[in-house]
Amino acid sequence: MREIRIHARAGQGAITTAYILGYAYFLKGFYPYAFPHFGAARMGAPMNAFLRVDTKPVNLRSQIYEPDYVLIVDPTLLKGFNCLGGLKEDGFAIINDTEGFDKSNLNFKKKFYLVPGTKIALETIGRPLANTVLLGAFVGIVSELDLEALIEALKIRFKGEVLEKNILAAKRGFEFIKSIL
Amino acid sequence: MKKFLEGSQAVAEVVSLCKPGVIAAYPITPQTHIPEELSRMVAEGILSSQFVNVESEHSAASVVLGSTASGVRSYTASSSQGILLMSEVLFNIAGLRLPVVLTCANRAVSGPINIWNDQQDSISLRDSGWIQFYVENIQETVDFHIIAYRIAEDRRVMLPVMVCMDGYILTHGLEPVDMPTQEKIDKFLPPYKPLYKLDPENPLTLGFLGDSDYYTETRFAIQKTHQELLNLIPKIMLEFKNTFGRDYKDGLVERYYIEDAERVIVAMGSICGTIKEAVDDLRKKGKKVGLLKIITFRPFPSEQIYKALKDVAKVAVIDRAVSLGSLAPLYSEIRALFFGKKQAPKQISSFIAGLGGRDVTLDSIKGIFKKLSLNKEIKEEFLDLKPELLQEEL
Repeated sequence: MREIRIHARAGQGAITTAYILGYAYFLKGFYPYAFPHFGAARMGAPMNAFLRVDTKPVNLRSQIYEPDYVLIVDPTLLKGFNCLGGLKEDGFAIINDTEGFDKSNLNFKKKFYLVPGTKIALETIGRPLANTVLLGAFVGIVSELDLEALIEALKIRFKGEVLEKNILAAKRGFEFIKSIL
Repeated sequence: MKKFLEGSQAVAEVVSLCKPGVIAAYPITPQTHIPEELSRMVAEGILSSQFVNVESEHSAASVVLGSTASGVRSYTASSSQGILLMSEVLFNIAGLRLPVVLTCANRAVSGPINIWNDQQDSISLRDSGWIQFYVENIQETVDFHIIAYRIAEDRRVMLPVMVCMDGYILTHGLEPVDMPTQEKIDKFLPPYKPLYKLDPENPLTLGFLGDSDYYTETRFAIQKTHQELLNLIPKIMLEFKNTFGRDYKDGLVERYYIEDAERVIVAMGSICGTIKEAVDDLRKKGKKVGLLKIITFRPFPSEQIYKALKDVAKVAVIDRAVSLGSLAPLYSEIRALFFGKKQAPKQISSFIAGLGGRDVTLDSIKGIFKKLSLNKEIKEEFLDLKPELLQEEL
């Protein structure tokens, strides 16, 4: 079983991210269970989305406390939230490296990758929605997924021009991570 | 065909395949996605149905009461305060023997305001005459909506059915789902043929005054139907299995590693998945533990529960609701059914868990199994209670 935790603010598309990633796993024959956890129901409030994936139907319904992977869409959440809490020893985090993100305090012993998600998103999608870029990077790291599966999943969620831009964003994220791996 | 679907989306899809003529609902979190999706289907012509926009849940329930009374298959959904606002009408729907199907996206009841999951809303309606199913996952959610219409409209039943799905965990969760085909649903669920209907050409009155000469018999008749349902539901489940290939056994309870179990947890809804995970882990370590999942809460399957638990030494009942001022709702009924029986568990403990969205973790469930291994019956424990929040003086 693989457990993935996404940290974002309400409105930043964390549920869509979990959905798309879940769909990519689904297309690969896995059994995903994607689910959100909202705090206060308002835009901008910190929230989590979760994805639990297995080779058999997932029974476990609790939130995720010891993730294999963490995706941090909004790095400002690292202040005040233990976003990396419980991350497994052999796991990793992907952090959106936004402009002005203070990395000097990032005293973290486990593996993490900084991906300029917002920058790439502005260049490809034209809006500061880093999710697809981070997903492109994610499928570049894990062995059980590939870029093709992610693109197929994006096709389920998006259409037309938005789809094309998101595919481009995913490819750029993928290429970025391959360049630093 | 398998799809990766959100629970609410899956409900909307399966409801549309059941072809209700009238849908009326008022949005409330976490039910909102269901009527939202159904109204989209109607607006885009995917579903040929009348979607009635209403100003409150009381009106939504009143609309489906009226449409069902005029002989049309109808659907509504609600949660929490919404379903409580419906409650006055819900008792009427059951009393009038109208086969409405309603989805309850289970949510806590205010105050304080809490939009998250527990089962207080539907549990509070247990005495309304509605049949109640509690589902564990999204596949069950889909299947039990088809079963709900089939049972509700059966001439031997003619009672409304509430399908209770945990809010967020199932309504907002996505899972692979095998969505049944229209062809199979049509085969299993024939068009609704009412026994009586409101029709201006052939006037009749429904639900008129039933005074002390008649009222008792109307209640007795519903009670008798509920008792008969305990025999009928398993038969319909067999038909369901033959049509769709999924086996819910008797459709009343699910026995998970009960055979040789020494410690068993009884529960309802999505929490049963987490309990199964705990059972799997503990079984690998040789611990004789199991789960008894209650699927049908109304009618209450006392006989099936008795048979499943009579040889189990220690039982814990988890309620995701409270009966303030008394024992937890499911717990009290489990205790009652063993009254005067020679074969019974040595201990039946009560745990109240997952209120207002408090997460129920795998460790907490394993903790309950651990507590059962001690020789002490727990009369009532609020799982993962934070005593530090109770220290302040008012």
